[in-house]
Amino acid sequence: MSSAAAVLSIAVLGVTAMGFAAARWGGANLSQLEEWALGGRSFGTVVSWFLLGGDLYTAYTFIAVPALVYGVGALGFFAVPYATIAYPIALVVLSRFWVVARRRGYVTTADFVRDRYGDRTLEVAVALTGVVAAMPYIALQLVGMRTVFAQFSTLGAAGALPALTIAFVLLGAYTYASGLRAPALIAFVKDTLIYVTVIAAIVVIPAKLGGWQHVFSSAESALARRPHPSSILLAPGQYFTYATMAFGSALSLFIYPHSITSVLAARSREVIRRNAALLPIYSLLLGLLALLGYCAIAAQISAKDASNVVPLLFARFFPNWFTGVADAAIVIGALVPAAIMCIGAANLFASNVFREFSPERSSVETLVAKLLTLAIAAFALLVVFFVPVPFAIDFQLLGGALMLQIFPAFVLGLWTRWFHPKALFAGWACGLSASCAMAVAAGFNANFTIHAFGGSLTGFIALYSLLINLFVSALLTVVLRAARLSEGLDRTSAVDYA
Amino acid sequence: MRRGWYALLVLPFVGTLTPPIYNHVHPMLFGMPFFYWYQLAWVLVTAALLGLFVFVTREHHDV
Repeated sequence: MSSAAAVLSIAVLGVTAMGFAAARWGGANLSQLEEWALGGRSFGTVVSWFLLGGDLYTAYTFIAVPALVYGVGALGFFAVPYATIAYPIALVVLSRFWVVARRRGYVTTADFVRDRYGDRTLEVAVALTGVVAAMPYIALQLVGMRTVFAQFSTLGAAGALPALTIAFVLLGAYTYASGLRAPALIAFVKDTLIYVTVIAAIVVIPAKLGGWQHVFSSAESALARRPHPSSILLAPGQYFTYATMAFGSALSLFIYPHSITSVLAARSREVIRRNAALLPIYSLLLGLLALLGYCAIAAQISAKDASNVVPLLFARFFPNWFTGVADAAIVIGALVPAAIMCIGAANLFASNVFREFSPERSSVETLVAKLLTLAIAAFALLVVFFVPVPFAIDFQLLGGALMLQIFPAFVLGLWTRWFHPKALFAGWACGLSASCAMAVAAGFNANFTIHAFGGSLTGFIALYSLLINLFVSALLTVVLRAARLSEGLDRTSAVDYA
Repeated sequence: MRRGWYALLVLPFVGTLTPPIYNHVHPMLFGMPFFYWYQLAWVLVTAALLGLFVFVTREHHDV
């Protein structure tokens, strides 16, 4: 066994032990959903910073973003403005949601939608959207882990499957046992490993490649020579695409079930507000990691699957034992969000879809959520086994397009009860259908080109379908109000938001 | 008066969602084209703006 494989194995086993030990953290009764799923809503600024950082910066950050920059040049850097403007949005939206969720005991966004609109169909629609959108995101974490494991096998990606299965079975087991406390504790290890790895990579790799100027100039000439040429700058036709991808992704980031789960685990509204200002530090890491895509080009790393460029880069420039540390950072970096995504999706099922079978906040509900966590993890593993993922990020971006369709009901619902629940449901259905139709028409690309008035505009599908959703929701609200159709009961009141 | 502080939160959108103003190679910093270091700088500026916002709008009964 190489020293890299040894370091990686020790790290994975170490965090597994931590995951099980986390069940004793705080001595809580884990048969209560708020304890198992939300860590008892007890996390302070520091724990939340590690947890949210560990949760939001995923295999997307370490694998998919550098792969995209490696593949398409400047356009791939949209992740940086995305991870910047997500925080002002989070600050405003989540601090308000945290208050009403705490006061009314919500565990999910769909809990809020049920309370706010008194509409069971809308509640289930919101819950299922979260579950469906979480799946490609969990699959992306598995793809990230697979790129690491594949290096140690002569069989490549296929040889990675046993290791992937073991890692995910362990994840299912400790998440079942400890709930959110497991990823919260492991996040300390994850974030430390990530900071160490990225700082080492940024100090060592560009220097060995002759400095940033040389990295950028060799990337520029290599990108221009590709069959589909691109550049380290945007083409004017890409401005709109770039801005809509950043804005659309930022709007959807914090309504994903895993983000909501970590946010609701915070002890106070102030913890959320402070973290909105402190978390951008991770975005700086994301930006530096993105530039590793150019380092890979400058180092003439050729990968059939662009997802492999970061692990290959580490293996080329780091001593073997430190490659193990970097690999551990990627694997644990994927395990933490995957665990939280499974918990978040399971909460939506247990609390909102299976409500008839699991009475609210009972130990049965907790058991349902725990079992569903295992089922969701197993399903994601099967997806990765059987579905080829050439550009994992496209799936995740499409998931974002679906996720964004709950924006009117959830985010706008935090401020206004003007929309009619049936109109919101119709808008959601139209937005969802439009997303799928555009994705198919664009060949499962995240962007769609609109041809109108003699010109064309290529933008992020998520934003186009959100506009359709908002238009339908508003129009039908006017119609249904005129027809005096029952608006459903709003159980929240103004004081719940203050 | 309090509402005025929300303008701080709008600035990052103006700074980062307008590619034509930063889609340039020069001026470079540490060999990095303007396009890259400008956007990385906005990460830090945004953190500072949010920090200021959180500070000036804090409520004393919060912990």
